[in-house]
Amino acid sequence: MSSTSSNGIGSGVIKWIDYRLPIFTMMNKELNEYPTPRNLTYMWNFGSLAGIALVIMIVTGILLAMQYTAHVDMAFDSVERIMRDVNYGWLIRYIHMNGASFFFIVVYIHIFRGLYYGSYKAPREILWALGVIILLLMMATAFMGYVLPWGQMSFWGATVITNLFSAIPWGIGDAIVAWLWGGFAVDNPTLVRFYALHYLLPFVIAAVAVLHMWALHRFGSNNPLGIDAKGPQDKISFHPYYTTKDLFGFGVFFIFFAAFIFYAPNYMGHPDNYIEANPLVTPPHIVPEWYFLPFYAILRAITFDISIPFTGIVLIDAKLGGVIAMFASIAVLFVLPWLDSSPVRSGRFRPYFKWFFWIFVIDCLVLGYIGAMPAESPYTEIGQVATAWYFLHFLVILPLLSRLERPMPLPASISEPVLGGGGMAAAPARSPEGASGVSTEQSPETMR
Amino acid sequence: MNRRLFKSGSGRLLAAAVLSLGLSVPQAAQAAGAIDVPDHDFSFDGIFGTFDRMQLQRGFQVYREVCSVCHGLRLISFRNLGDGPDSGNNSGGLGYTQEQVKAFAAEYTIVDGPNDEGEMFERAGLPFDHYPSPFPNRQAAEFANGGAYPSDLSLMAKARKGGADYIYYLLTGYIDPPAGVDVGALHYNRYFPGTLTVDTGRIDDETGEPILEPVPGGLIAMAQPLWEDSVVYQDGTPATVEQMAEDVSAFLMWTAEPMLEDRKRMGIKVLIFLVVLTALFYAIKRQVWSKLH
Repeated sequence: MSSTSSNGIGSGVIKWIDYRLPIFTMMNKELNEYPTPRNLTYMWNFGSLAGIALVIMIVTGILLAMQYTAHVDMAFDSVERIMRDVNYGWLIRYIHMNGASFFFIVVYIHIFRGLYYGSYKAPREILWALGVIILLLMMATAFMGYVLPWGQMSFWGATVITNLFSAIPWGIGDAIVAWLWGGFAVDNPTLVRFYALHYLLPFVIAAVAVLHMWALHRFGSNNPLGIDAKGPQDKISFHPYYTTKDLFGFGVFFIFFAAFIFYAPNYMGHPDNYIEANPLVTPPHIVPEWYFLPFYAILRAITFDISIPFTGIVLIDAKLGGVIAMFASIAVLFVLPWLDSSPVRSGRFRPYFKWFFWIFVIDCLVLGYIGAMPAESPYTEIGQVATAWYFLHFLVILPLLSRLERPMPLPASISEPVLGGGGMAAAPARSPEGASGVSTEQSPETMR
Repeated sequence: MNRRLFKSGSGRLLAAAVLSLGLSVPQAAQAAGAIDVPDHDFSFDGIFGTFDRMQLQRGFQVYREVCSVCHGLRLISFRNLGDGPDSGNNSGGLGYTQEQVKAFAAEYTIVDGPNDEGEMFERAGLPFDHYPSPFPNRQAAEFANGGAYPSDLSLMAKARKGGADYIYYLLTGYIDPPAGVDVGALHYNRYFPGTLTVDTGRIDDETGEPILEPVPGGLIAMAQPLWEDSVVYQDGTPATVEQMAEDVSAFLMWTAEPMLEDRKRMGIKVLIFLVVLTALFYAIKRQVWSKLH
């Protein structure tokens, strides 16, 4: 594809199609020429990794759906039939099972990368919000997918999580729960509708991911310096530079992924899910999948009623409080771009933010650990402190930091540190189209 | 099974990789009184692990002669025992010939039907039949076992923390209960999860309550199933409790994961392929980017 987008593309049939539906022009512009900051690190691989993970999940999921039976009497055995009698069924199922975990691993790293480098800041607020929507959709999809094998954790996890809605007062919650279940307990109607939604939601995720990439390509990727490109010398074409870099990332990802699929396929699962669901036997310990544990810890951290002092009037009971806290822990991400008003994006140039970022990472790991522990002392107390810190970080520390912190001086341009301090003098030679070095973006990183 | 993998050399690499990912994958939460089961060495451990066919056959014998009195194996068909390259199914079976499989199946009576006259009838088992469970339903099983349900064993090696190790240690874990533990109609087992406590005889100064001390193990409804020479092995192996426990644990790993060998064999090929491919990707990346630097 040598011709440029302005002159049309290709020849013959390609040209004929492209004239009527400029899809080749679009692909050339967004995947080939697409100007990308030249200084992206391997931390920028995780977006494309999340994309490949979604594709893997959809492909293996469709193959599994051809063999699975969504009925309480048959679901468990149909999964075992896939494992034993379907050709390579065990492989497809183990890919799908571990794929869910690996999807969350890459997405969580992707999110923390965005948090550190301020990728949520103007003008990328909508890009960020779309990402949070994808996270929510992923959580709903993963939760419903975990119910389908109809093991003990499937059943009891579904019971616990759907019951959360019963915390809503005035009888509304109970009505919602019965509506979700399609009955008066988690039963066949619940399983079948979860199956239908589990098949639907990944395509919704794919659609939101397209919007996510659309918003991304509006201003292009953020970068480790967090400053805007000052001109073409700061950017390189996506292909071949980032296509090759992403391919290497795929390779590394697949090595880890394969190591789990072939040598520890059940490591991230729970043994109880190899016991068929039994509504009469409650497992001693109901634990969600590992990727939900931090949120589960926040849910369980609210062990006290919130009442008007000295009156004993309960405003929010402990259960509702926990549910609100859990949903708020995600909701707060939507308003993050406005909580952190520091004009400096990258944590590299924010001496205090940097530390608080790593404390926040540790806090999330602590919450994950607490989520796996029984609800007893001292785990409950540690979980409460960690939950408080989670919200403090977003609601108090970030707004204060953006006012009080004095950021370090920003480099003049992306190419300056990359090209070894030569800066603009050496850079314009790189300009592919000989354009002037004027930024097409309004640069928000005015120094204080 | 998988936990033990991390003990082997290559497993340690994997564990390190997991840690380096910054992942904290919490194991299933410790239920109150849950016990960490020690590792037992099995032939199928590790990246190159395979089943020992003679051991699987011995384990099958233990299952047939001891366990199957109470425990079902409903996910296993007789034909699975003869699985192998010559049966058209690559997943390894127990190394039996098709004739032996037919003979095993024929030992059982299966209710089939209805026939053309609408009647159910009995016939000898055939290779495609699933292993018949000892009780017609859960209620019958509980009624015959004092209210306790003898679980189906098909997936047992994946349905318990510790897997095959847990089964081995449970079967060899019948020891005398610690002093002060009242077992009642149950049986003390060192590795059964439980919340046992013994009275230390001391009194808490503040509350005035007796101080209770937790003891490992729990009370299990199943009496010790394996005793010296419970079976007479056809291959002449001395039938010690440890030997039988190891054999039947390995057999139950096979029933839970009959494709284990396929999986590990394919894994090596896939990993070698991926490492080479990734190295190539890295070389290409280096070459492409060298134009920039």
